[in-house]
Amino acid sequence: MIQYEKFTLDNGLRVLVHTDTSTPMAVVNVIYDVGAKDENPEKTGFAHLFEHLMFGGSINIPTYDEPLQVAGGENNAFTTNDLTNYYCQLPAENIETAFWLESDRMLSLAFDAKSLDVQRKVVCEEFKEHYINKPYGDVWHKMRELAYSKHPYRWMTIGKELKHVEDATLQDVKDFFYKHYTPVNAILVVAGNITAEAVKALAEKWFGPIPSGTKYIRNLPVEPPQTAPRTAEVKANVPIDALYKCWHICSRLDDRYYVTDLITEILSGGGSSRLFQALVKEKQLFSNIECSHSGSTDAGLLSIEGKLVKGVQMKDAEAALMEEIYTLQQKGITEKELQKVKNKTESSLAFEDMSVMSRATNLAMYELLGDAELINTELNKYQAVTTEELLNESKAIFNENNCSTLYYYSNN
Amino acid sequence: MLNRTTPPYIKDAIEFDLQLKPYEKMVLDNGVEVYAIDAGAQDVLQMEMIFYAGNSFERSNAVAAATSYMLKNGTSTKTAFELNEHFEYYGAYCNRTCKHETASLTLHTLTKHLSAVLPVVTEMVADSIFPEQELAIYKQNSKQKLSVNLQKCDFVANRLIDAYVFGEDHPYGKYIVAADYDALTTAQLKEHFNQYYLNGHCVIFVAGKLPGNLFDLLNTQFGKLSLKPGALLVTKTIVPAATKKYRVVNDSEGVQGAIRIARDFPNRHHPDFMKMMVLNTVFGGFFGSRLMSNIREDKGYTYGIHSYVQNHLQDSALLISTEAGKDVAEATVEEVYKEMKILREELIDEEELLLVRNYLIGSILGDLDGPFHIIGRWKNIVLNNLDEQYFYDSVKMIKTIPAEALRELANKYLQPEAFYELVVI
Repeated sequence: MIQYEKFTLDNGLRVLVHTDTSTPMAVVNVIYDVGAKDENPEKTGFAHLFEHLMFGGSINIPTYDEPLQVAGGENNAFTTNDLTNYYCQLPAENIETAFWLESDRMLSLAFDAKSLDVQRKVVCEEFKEHYINKPYGDVWHKMRELAYSKHPYRWMTIGKELKHVEDATLQDVKDFFYKHYTPVNAILVVAGNITAEAVKALAEKWFGPIPSGTKYIRNLPVEPPQTAPRTAEVKANVPIDALYKCWHICSRLDDRYYVTDLITEILSGGGSSRLFQALVKEKQLFSNIECSHSGSTDAGLLSIEGKLVKGVQMKDAEAALMEEIYTLQQKGITEKELQKVKNKTESSLAFEDMSVMSRATNLAMYELLGDAELINTELNKYQAVTTEELLNESKAIFNENNCSTLYYYSNN
Repeated sequence: MLNRTTPPYIKDAIEFDLQLKPYEKMVLDNGVEVYAIDAGAQDVLQMEMIFYAGNSFERSNAVAAATSYMLKNGTSTKTAFELNEHFEYYGAYCNRTCKHETASLTLHTLTKHLSAVLPVVTEMVADSIFPEQELAIYKQNSKQKLSVNLQKCDFVANRLIDAYVFGEDHPYGKYIVAADYDALTTAQLKEHFNQYYLNGHCVIFVAGKLPGNLFDLLNTQFGKLSLKPGALLVTKTIVPAATKKYRVVNDSEGVQGAIRIARDFPNRHHPDFMKMMVLNTVFGGFFGSRLMSNIREDKGYTYGIHSYVQNHLQDSALLISTEAGKDVAEATVEEVYKEMKILREELIDEEELLLVRNYLIGSILGDLDGPFHIIGRWKNIVLNNLDEQYFYDSVKMIKTIPAEALRELANKYLQPEAFYELVVI
């Protein structure tokens, strides 16, 4: 059970405090309700580029990192399609430094042209390192475009193309900041060796005076139900053929989410999972195979990806994969198998809760989803899943018309 | 009116009194030592069994790694599937890793399930049978994975730079090629297993919320095995490459160059090791380092650049590593040497040095948070044959080493002619 207190400042900033006196450290986590899905389709990759610019100096403080390091702290940030999250950890006695730094960059950035110029290059190198200069690096770009026709999950957080990042202007940066980086669109979580009273006082002092801003009302295109199978083919300079399949699934807040999550565990959550055992070990058609889901706020994707053993034909590999899926849809799973994936979930949640940082980030993410209390109730939702629900959901998800397939062929 | 330009008061992290929580030590009936840290609020536990069974001891390439991997692929009573299913049913994770000297088996489990999963760990380390079929699959899949990795400039660069510094026959410098996988036999694996696991040297580290009967549990499971306490090390001669500079084209369509610049460096027993921890942090050891500030934050040549001392038990190496745009790769190499020169010629000013001291102490403080981190510190101390004084001495070094000593150290080690230099595109 993770204890926390919650209050809202007059300017709309939501604040959550989780006290843990067993650590000498404190964590300050700020989440902004903006992600790649909120981008203009012609200017993708911007939310993430913007995250980099948040370290390029704020209105009253020339650099973010140095004062934090002087206080013995470390920090980082990440952007997803749904949100942008900033976190730092420092000795609890120096926590006011984090309030000072985080509040100043929520108040306003320095909007430094040099910082934009440099970070455009840095992000382009990041883009190359992870998505261009790697075998199969472009897969998820292609897969998202195939699976989504309308919803902005069509593009990756890093952006559709280098050019979008290269073309970002200082005016874009300012517009984005004033639209999204405001107290009313943010959640502050403070965790570690600090009391709720102390956090209240510090939050009022540093964040209280920031103008609340306008609540960003999201109005994203809804992805229409897929009505026919979609396929695409790629030929590239990779050593091995690979198969990628995706199916649309429910949104994060839907009760079926827990069933879906367990389905991915059944299929590929370890050495005793179904796809690994059948396709890698018994039939030896794939050298590896993985099943996962995007876990996104809006309706996401469940995906299966695998590399084919050299010499295996794509159609044979795909047929064998689908045979496993049909078996799941027809016969369901045993109580023991269900218990196994529930136990795994219980365990992984317990390990996740070990770090204060992870508790802080999870509280912020759940609050953004709508209810921080989910951090304490999720396990029960997993425990409540039945074999019947799992059977029904596997029938619903693994429908031929709901599927996109990418055949990735080796040129060699 | 709130003054946002003046920073709040801070307590300098160097004023913090860092304490490394002491371990409890147990000795099993066969003499194997167990180091334990009982801490943490969650009902979780981590146990690492370390065998001196790394690639230093293998008679042919890839044998140590294959043996380590296949510990979970069949015992006389359980198939690979059944072994995996057992751990997974209890929500436990049992991973194997193989390094140069050591190979470990790491168990993560809810404490309440420890007694249910431990007997299967015993089976793996005492009764693995290395089935032919499992080895065939391992060989095939490892070769496929290798063929994908060999397309990546960073993977290729990491292999080559170690080979230059240590020599291709040294355990730290050798690497696996596809033919090594082809040549593997179950007989080789069984021989390695017999010598370095069944009758090998072992040490155990446990951390988390420990059960009251931990000693009895471990002694029952592992105390009767013919394991030996203490370390086993072999010293191999380093044969560094004759040529210092390399340019390799691995992928003609590559858009980045993987840059590795490295030289030999002594291990933790040398007095310069601790000093280098501070100098390296200034140089390229954290986000605010000279290399990051110049090459990423000023020039935008790379997403990240780091320098570090390799974590080896015997000889070590100091390494600078980055992936930079193809067009700016050579300029990046230049800038690395420029930063070395500045450190050799100019004193680090007090403000920067205090920042680095505070940063390092703060990160150790953060890193002592929780049982897994604490046992990690102890593991490093024990495996390197040091004692807790090493921890307190390094904290003192961080707090007090003067700028002059760091410049002296830079003059001793940051000499471009001593470095191997490699760019792989």
